[in-house]
Amino acid sequence: MVLARNVHKRFGLNEVLKGIDMTVERGEVVCLLGPSGSGKSTFLRCINHLETINRGRITVDGDIVGYREKDGRLYELPEKVAVRQRAEIGMVFQRFNLFAHKTALDNITEAPVLVKGIARKDAERRGLELLERVGLGDRGGAYPSQLSGGQQQRVAIARALAMDPKLMLFDEPTSALDPELVGDVLDVMRDLAKAGMTMVVVTHEIGFAREVGDRVVFMDGGVVVEEGDPAQVLDAPREARTKAFLSKVL
Amino acid sequence: MATSTPQPGEDAGDIKAVPVRHYGRWAVAAVVLVVVASLVYSAANNDRFKWDIFGDYLFSDRVMRGLWLTMWLSVVATVIGVVLGTILAVMRLSTNPVLSTISLVYIWAFRGTPVLVQIFLWAFIGSIYPEITFGVPFGGPDLISSNSNDLIKPITAAILGLGLNFAAYQAEIVRAGLLSVDEGQVEAAKALGMTGANTMRRIVLPQAMRVIIPPTGNQAIDMLKTSSLVSVIAVSDLLYSVQLIYGQNYQQIPLLFVACFWYLLLTTIFTIGQYYLERHYAKGNLRELPQTPVQRARAMAASVRFGGTGNSI
Repeated sequence: MVLARNVHKRFGLNEVLKGIDMTVERGEVVCLLGPSGSGKSTFLRCINHLETINRGRITVDGDIVGYREKDGRLYELPEKVAVRQRAEIGMVFQRFNLFAHKTALDNITEAPVLVKGIARKDAERRGLELLERVGLGDRGGAYPSQLSGGQQQRVAIARALAMDPKLMLFDEPTSALDPELVGDVLDVMRDLAKAGMTMVVVTHEIGFAREVGDRVVFMDGGVVVEEGDPAQVLDAPREARTKAFLSKVL
Repeated sequence: MATSTPQPGEDAGDIKAVPVRHYGRWAVAAVVLVVVASLVYSAANNDRFKWDIFGDYLFSDRVMRGLWLTMWLSVVATVIGVVLGTILAVMRLSTNPVLSTISLVYIWAFRGTPVLVQIFLWAFIGSIYPEITFGVPFGGPDLISSNSNDLIKPITAAILGLGLNFAAYQAEIVRAGLLSVDEGQVEAAKALGMTGANTMRRIVLPQAMRVIIPPTGNQAIDMLKTSSLVSVIAVSDLLYSVQLIYGQNYQQIPLLFVACFWYLLLTTIFTIGQYYLERHYAKGNLRELPQTPVQRARAMAASVRFGGTGNSI
């Protein structure tokens, strides 16, 4: 589903990604772990072209992200095409980023109506189903400011799901939440994984990575240090850097 | 039996406390009332104000016609300014360098010269370009041609002068509003596959309105009064009408008061409109909308009628 080869990303002179290789199979849940500044969030944002990469290739479902290749040359995608590519990849942000002027239900129906051209009535029926699924069936009329952080994040997940994505990206979805609200969000993500969704999750929740992740990737300093089965990487890490990190967070 | 220290399981009932008394406020209010009353008394008893002439002309035909012109001129120029200003602000923030440069130069020129001069220039455009033609540029054939003085009458010059100048200021107000919206909102919209134009229209602009409206209301009210500048090109707005009258009867003071009375009334109406517009766009930003003055008055009347405790001053 996701194929990354030798991905490099620079911000000015600061090289944040120094050659990332990664493969995510269909239906797989991959958890990205690592200290702050290790480049894991940046890499996630490169997958749906919120950031452009300087070197290497990322393909999603066989298509190069953000470009089209013809006769060995890359052509930047025009906005209309690039937008279609993004619509197939769902993203959940650390700070939720719900549209503040829209109710929970309107947050969910906005993109399906506007981007996919689905009839508002159908989008609303689907939106209510999704709210039900994340345990917020009765809060459709609430504005984001009237919801707790955990509720907002669950609405954000429902919003991304409304576009029927083939891939879901989670950028530290529980880092901005009070400890007792983390569980509700993780429950929703666990159900999603069980339903067979392909997921890439940047997280600090080691427990979640161990239980739900099919594979764990440990990043540091812009490179992949170690990856493999969660039990192996988390319980018997091979690299000294991984051991040092885990000893601090566990 | 209620006691001052509640026992477990005991309900002390709703709180009926004596509110804090603000004696200072009452004292200041009394002083202010005396001062205002004395001012009103002196104005009412000073013959030089000539209130009878004020009354004679307040609703006179010429004043009414001027008032009507000031009203629609301000509204039209404000609408042009708001629409064009919004377009300019979006252009200014666009990643397209051609659009942002056009916007930058427009704002530079129209904000950098006095609006009075701009009104004059539009009025006298016939002396620079006696004919305005649409055709092939650089000396090619003309398609449509018209005499400038026929095309741009004083009232058109007034609308252009006021509206285009307003737009330059409005562009900066809108730009500030757009920049105030969290970058995360744009990213979320992008991640959902929305185009830049849709993101601007559906996500960013509606949220920017909360920041844009107060200074825009300020500008619109300013426009009501700035529109009096068009008297210099003999457009008979409220001020010019009044000037024409006192040019004949030399009663400057009462007639200027007539003009002030109507300007104040118009700005009051604009201010009320702004209040309700702000309320509309506060949706989602406040957990609960504040009550309108009308709702507050009703609540107070109800509490007096039913003997409850309203908010004391």
